[in-house]
This record gives sequence, C-alpha cells and structure tokens, in this order.
Amino acid sequence: MKKTAINKLVKGLTVALATGAVSMSALADIKPAVVYSDAGKFDKSFSEAVWNNGVKRFMDETGIEVKEAEPTNLAQVEQYMKRLAKRGHSPIVAVGFSQANAVAAAAKEYPDAQFTLIDMVVPEPNVQNVVFKEHEGSFLVGVLAAMKSDSDVIGFVGGMDIPLISRFGCGYEQGAKYQNADIKVIHNMTGSTPAAFGNPSKGAELTRSQMESGADVIFAAAGGTGNGVYQAAADAGKYAIGVDSNQNHLHPGTMLTSMVKRVGEAAYQSYSAAKDGSWAPGVQVMGLAEGGVDWALDEHNRGLVTQQMEARVNDVKAKIIAGEIVVHDYMSDNTCNY
Amino acid sequence: MDFSDLWLTFLLTLDATLRLATPLVLAAMAGLFSERSGVVDIGLEGKMLAACFTSASVAYVTGSPWLAMFAAIGVSMVFALIHGFATITHKGDQIVSGVALNILASGLTIILGLSWFRQGGQTPSLTQEGRFLSIELPGADLLANVPVLGPLYKELLSGHNILVYLAFALVPVVWWVLYRTRFGLRLRAVGENPKAVDTAGISVNGLRYRAVLIGGVLCGIAGSYIAIAHNAAFTRDMTAGAGYIALAALIFGKWRPIGVLFACLLFGFLQSFAMRIEGVPVPGIGAIPVQLIEAVPYILTVVLLAGFIGKAIPPKAIGKPYVKER
Repeated sequence: MKKTAINKLVKGLTVALATGAVSMSALADIKPAVVYSDAGKFDKSFSEAVWNNGVKRFMDETGIEVKEAEPTNLAQVEQYMKRLAKRGHSPIVAVGFSQANAVAAAAKEYPDAQFTLIDMVVPEPNVQNVVFKEHEGSFLVGVLAAMKSDSDVIGFVGGMDIPLISRFGCGYEQGAKYQNADIKVIHNMTGSTPAAFGNPSKGAELTRSQMESGADVIFAAAGGTGNGVYQAAADAGKYAIGVDSNQNHLHPGTMLTSMVKRVGEAAYQSYSAAKDGSWAPGVQVMGLAEGGVDWALDEHNRGLVTQQMEARVNDVKAKIIAGEIVVHDYMSDNTCNY
Repeated sequence: MDFSDLWLTFLLTLDATLRLATPLVLAAMAGLFSERSGVVDIGLEGKMLAACFTSASVAYVTGSPWLAMFAAIGVSMVFALIHGFATITHKGDQIVSGVALNILASGLTIILGLSWFRQGGQTPSLTQEGRFLSIELPGADLLANVPVLGPLYKELLSGHNILVYLAFALVPVVWWVLYRTRFGLRLRAVGENPKAVDTAGISVNGLRYRAVLIGGVLCGIAGSYIAIAHNAAFTRDMTAGAGYIALAALIFGKWRPIGVLFACLLFGFLQSFAMRIEGVPVPGIGAIPVQLIEAVPYILTVVLLAGFIGKAIPPKAIGKPYVKER
C-alpha cells in the first residue's frame, strides 16, 4: 500500500520533471550555471564582477535562468560542479584558479558538459579557459601610481604567494619604473595559503608598515585582504588601488583607481556563445587589446586623476596595444627580470 | 640609515606589536579566568568571532561603537553560558564543547551575514563614526621633536584606540583580582582543588560560571577590537587563529597574568617583525620567502617552550568536571 503510494509519487514527480524540462527547452536550449569562488558571491571583487557583469546581465537580457552555486569552502566546489553537470547544466562557469582541479575532475566525468574556467588552464576537450594579461593592466596602474606618488615610494600587497599574484606585482613594478626609473616599489605577500585572500587585519598591518617606509600609493591584489589595505590607506589619507572589480566607490577620495579584470565579460561571452551555438573549448587570453583588463576612471576618482595623468596612462595603454611596449609576464619564466 | 631612523623603525615595529597583541591579551585574560577555575576554554576563537560579527553588524546599523561593543559582549556571554551549561551543569567534555562552539560561530556568522547583508558573509564597511578611532595623547605633537623620547611618546604610546589602552590596563587589574581578592583566592582554589572549596561551603559551579562569564565579557571586547577598531567590517573567519595563539600564550605565561602579557607581546612582536622583514633583502641570504616568515612564530614557540620556559604546570583540576557525590 505504502510502496505503491511512493511509486505513484515518484512517477508523478518524474512526469512533472519531464514536462518541466520540455517547457524549459521550449524557452531556451541551454541551462547555464556558475560556481562562484569560495570567497563568496558578494566579495566586492572577483565573484561579484562575475555576478554583476556576467550572470545578472545575461539573465536580464535573455531571461534565461543561470543556476548559481555558492560554495563556502573548496571541498564543496567539486561536489557542486559534478551535481550541476549531472543535472544537465552547461556551460558551467568556474570562477577562480582554485577550481581548476574540480573542473578537471568534473570535465572527465561529464564529457558532454561544457565548462568555462576563469584564470587557469585545464587541457580538456570540453573546457574553455579564459586567462587574463593581468601584467598589462597592472602596468597601467603602476604608471598612474608613479605619477601620483610624492615620496617616490609605492607599495604592493599580494594575497597568496603564487605566480598569478606575482604577475600583478611584477607588472605594477614595470609600469612604475617605466614612468619613473628611480621609484622604489615595496612588495609584500600576505601568506602562503588561500586564507591569505581573507585576512584584512594583516592587510592593514602590511599597508601601515609600507606607509611607514614612505609608500604613499598601495596596490592590493589580495581579494578580501584588500579591504584592510584600502581601509588603512583611507585612515592615513594615502592612496590605494583596487583590483578585479571597479572598487573606486569603496573609499572615494583615496581610491586612486582600480585594475579592472573583466571576468564578468568572460562569463557573459561564454553563455552567449553557448546560446548561439558558437561555444568552443580552448584557451582565450584577454589583455588590454581584447578589453579583458583595464584601469577604472569614474566619478569616484575623477578628482584624483588630472588630465595630464589620464592622457599619459591612455597613451601608455595605446602603446601596449600597439605592441610598442611589451610587458614582461611573471608566469612566463617565474621571475621578474625585465 | 642613522640612529634616529633605526630608532623610529624600532618604535614603529613596537607600535604594531601593541596593535597586534591587544586581541591576544584580551583573549588570553579571558582564558586565564576560565582555566584558572578549571574549565578549559578552547572556544576563545569562536566567542571572539561571534563578537566580531555582532559588533560589526550593530555598529553598521546603529553607528555607535559602544553599543556595538556591549552587544558583542552580550553575544559572547551567551556563548560562554552555553559552554558553561554543557560542561559545568551537565559535566560534558570541555574540549568537545569548545570546538563545537568554534564551528558554530564560524558557520553561523557567515549564514547570518549572507541573509542580512547579502555581501558574501561580510558586513558593510563602517564609516568612521561607527568605529573606535585612535586617540592622540595630549602633547604628542608638542613633544615629537624631543630626541629619542619624543618619538617614543608620539609613535609608541600615543595614537592607539581606547581598547588598546583598556587591554593593557586590564592586566594589573586581573592580577589584583586573582591574587588580592577573596573571589580570586576562591577561583584559584576551585581550579586546584574543588573538593576543598566545596567543603568550605562555597559553590564550585557558581564560581566556575562566574569565571566563564568573565571570559565571555573579555572575548566580547577582543572581538569588538578586531572588527570595529582594528578593521572596519566583519569578514569571514577574521580572527584568523588569534584564539589559539592566545591559548598558547596562556601556557607560555604559565597561567599567570604578567607572564601571559609578555607572551602575548612576544607573539605580537614576532608578527609585526615578520611583516617588516618580509621581502627585504638580507645580506648573504637574499629576500626571505613569505613561507619561512610565516613559520617563524611557530618555530620560535616550539624552541622556547622546549628550551627556555621550563615546565608549565596547568591548574590541577583543569578539564575535570566537578562531581559532588558518586
């Protein structure tokens, strides 16, 4: 008696699911999804950019629902990824280098699903890899920092000590030295574990120690740790440079600019391509020329950037795009000898 | 680099030491009360984290740092009461209860933060009104040009927020309470030999509850310092192990207020020194990698514990729930 009831229920559910799926496919052919980084969807930085400029934009424009997963630790990432693939979601956008292993595992297990991995390369036939030329964007903000600095000392606070973060620091230093060969750049890394992306106390202390050494512009590429950096700079009336998202609004008046990484654009393009049927695996490199990285100028930092500075930075930007300036990529040889 | 530059660098390192040691001192004093009464308090971390979240949330909503701190103290005391209820009233395992509270705090703060503020478990950044700001001591600028002592006063002693001064002023108070009052005597006795205290007609459970609650108050202040004085928002797991380091300092200082204070200052100094030495080229070695820098405090802890501190003897009845009759 009970068993048949359950059977009926299961059958009913299956039918409901099937009709649901049918009506879904009538609306759209794709079931896109996203797995945010474990720093959280609204991290004011990386994941938030994916949401604002990618997921939300795609949903608003097309009306297609993007299934979102918000893991709170790395262990959950692979589970989410596989569950989404199992339920037929594709393409699945994976946000951040730390999801590479999870993508590799899920891509092997579900060869029919499409994955878009941001910031890292996994050589699988159903994975699209989007990487950015962070060194080019960092070069630009380095030029600006060198122009703004009165003390000829500027600082860099990185998150976890990995080549990807050193790429920011190395590009920044090259830009600063390009503008002013005598400038001193202080480099600090917050730590050697992923926790280094979420330690604002240490970020603030590193910033204070850099400011004590004379730094008056500090660039943070450190996720949530950056919030401490910007706060410490604002408290001391010094300048800070944001990263990934446009973070100029966090402390108007002391946020000099932000090195914007268009991660949202990458997610949006992946969904759009899947919708048009033009989605392709492989590696996409997005630099200044492709609009993948840039510097941010808006109403919040307009007063800090003079016409002359703006012209200079845009001039350098044009030169990089034209190939007249070649920015050394730290990850090409894991050194910063340029 | 001449002498005055070196002196200034040294002072600024000590200045950061005070800022970094403040939450350690507060948490270690909280642990001191609790453990001296015989209740292991591994939940310092969780209580601080809950206090961080509460203070940042309340400060954001009301704009008052004092209100935020009192709310944080309240929440931290609730956590302390849960710990007390589990381990004193129901004689549960103190380590298990403490660890459970840590996990609870870590998860609960993120979930509440997500649903209240929708910012990935963070709280919105506070404006200056919602924070404890640094206080310039009188005459700091006036004396700044006096050689040697001027910078000492201006850079090291002046310019901290009120909670830093409070934390360091607290240490002699704790010493006085513990060694010069009747409550302190009974508290120490209940951690060494609860049976004797009980025979004298004093409630063992009552004393332990009071000790645990005092610990709650101090953790509440420590959490408020981290979230709304040192920083300006709550971020997930922002205590970053300070509670465990405070426990280590407790052992280091042999459960005595003054010893614990110096242990906390040592840990604070190691952290601030590490930040300054990182990336600076050292003659003959080159730049020291961040991995080694991170390990130095722990290596030193092991070496000091093994070779220099001597035997640290915990309170005799620590970790044992008191059973009146069998």
